[in-house]
Amino acid sequence: MYITVKYFGQIAEVTNKDEETVEVIGGQVSDLLEVLNTRYDQLKNEDFQIAQNQELVSLETALTGLEIALLPPFAGG
Amino acid sequence: MTNRYNRHIILSEIGPEGQDKLSKARVLVVGAGGLGCPVLQYLTAAGIGTIGIIDFDTVELSNLQRQVLFGDSSLGANKATAAKKRLEDLNGDIKINAYPEALTYQNALELFNQYDIIVDGSDNFETRYLVNDACIITNKPLVFGAIYKFEGQVSVFNYQNGPSYRCLFPNPPQKDAVPNCSEIGVLGVLPGIIGSMQANEVIKLILGIGTVLSGKLLCYNSLTNQTSTLKINRNDTVINEVLNTQANFKGRVLNINCETDELVSIQKIINKEHIQIIDVREIHEQPKVDELPVASMPLSSLQNNLALLNNNKEKYFFCQSGVRSKKAVDFLKEEGITNCYSIQEGAMEIKNYLEQYKEQIQDFRFR
Repeated sequence: MYITVKYFGQIAEVTNKDEETVEVIGGQVSDLLEVLNTRYDQLKNEDFQIAQNQELVSLETALTGLEIALLPPFAGG
Repeated sequence: MTNRYNRHIILSEIGPEGQDKLSKARVLVVGAGGLGCPVLQYLTAAGIGTIGIIDFDTVELSNLQRQVLFGDSSLGANKATAAKKRLEDLNGDIKINAYPEALTYQNALELFNQYDIIVDGSDNFETRYLVNDACIITNKPLVFGAIYKFEGQVSVFNYQNGPSYRCLFPNPPQKDAVPNCSEIGVLGVLPGIIGSMQANEVIKLILGIGTVLSGKLLCYNSLTNQTSTLKINRNDTVINEVLNTQANFKGRVLNINCETDELVSIQKIINKEHIQIIDVREIHEQPKVDELPVASMPLSSLQNNLALLNNNKEKYFFCQSGVRSKKAVDFLKEEGITNCYSIQEGAMEIKNYLEQYKEQIQDFRFR
């Protein structure tokens, strides 16, 4: 399945893009993350939450094929 | 009611009753920096009756690109005090309390109890989690804003049984590799946008109008103008964990995230004896810090100067911003040299601080 993945803040710096379409074999958020970790070596050092269709999800959540966002915390003020 | 608030009062959603609510409201702003400045400016202009400002930091030249309450005349002054001075001119009808100190686990609960709404404009994760936890314990709504380079996040936490910041990010990031909080670049207008959104949420909360960003995180990108709003659910487990810390809340120690074992503030070392202070900037760099005995050992030639470092003394390194001094400490550690610390402030901040505490430094026994 093809998933649109959006990257925010520091994550977009690791992936060097704001958004891309990723092909995933497997049905869980963790399967997508595995693909991304292989593609981006630095990703495992980053802190972030994952949202699917604008809602926070866990690694076990089933992928529905729409949009995933990787959201890091920001400290700046 | 005077004319000052006429444009509010003629709005049917606000009216004289709404303006009266604003004038009775008490709002505490944590941090008078990039976010705090626009928040304070609009809340003051809007006639919020009592505004508290807490910030331990001083105004530096590199703040003026975005911290719009300050000008050249505020350089070196405490931010809470300088903001109060400016805001009192903006609106003399309201009460402004300046707290020129750090927010800590020791003072947070009493302070938060004196206000209705807390606004987070801090710049480090340690303070953000302290603010969040203290809001949970004192049951105060938290208007959250945070920025990174060209992007911002806004939300309202802990409002009417809604989620808290920990429901979104349960714990602070494990490792914060950023040596100095003020080191990351940021588009000057970005905190203006995000801070204005925070001020808007505060005013809506007080007036009870519109829909506040509770249970939602608004993400804004100033380069693309894209906004995304993510839904956040309340996580009772993490909230109860915070409530369970209530009894020993005051015993917790704030370790401002950019401060590690090897990273210390100039404030903590001026009373120390038998220490070496080392400037690792290149010889030509300004300003020179001459208020204290300082040895100059540029990072580029540090390797040749190892013999000059006394292994028994505590050695404190500084540079222009905190990046090179951190590198120096990492390098010396690898070389087996112990007792090395990086001063988190840059030369300008150190100089300003020493100027302020001149008298104490005069009877300062060095070496």
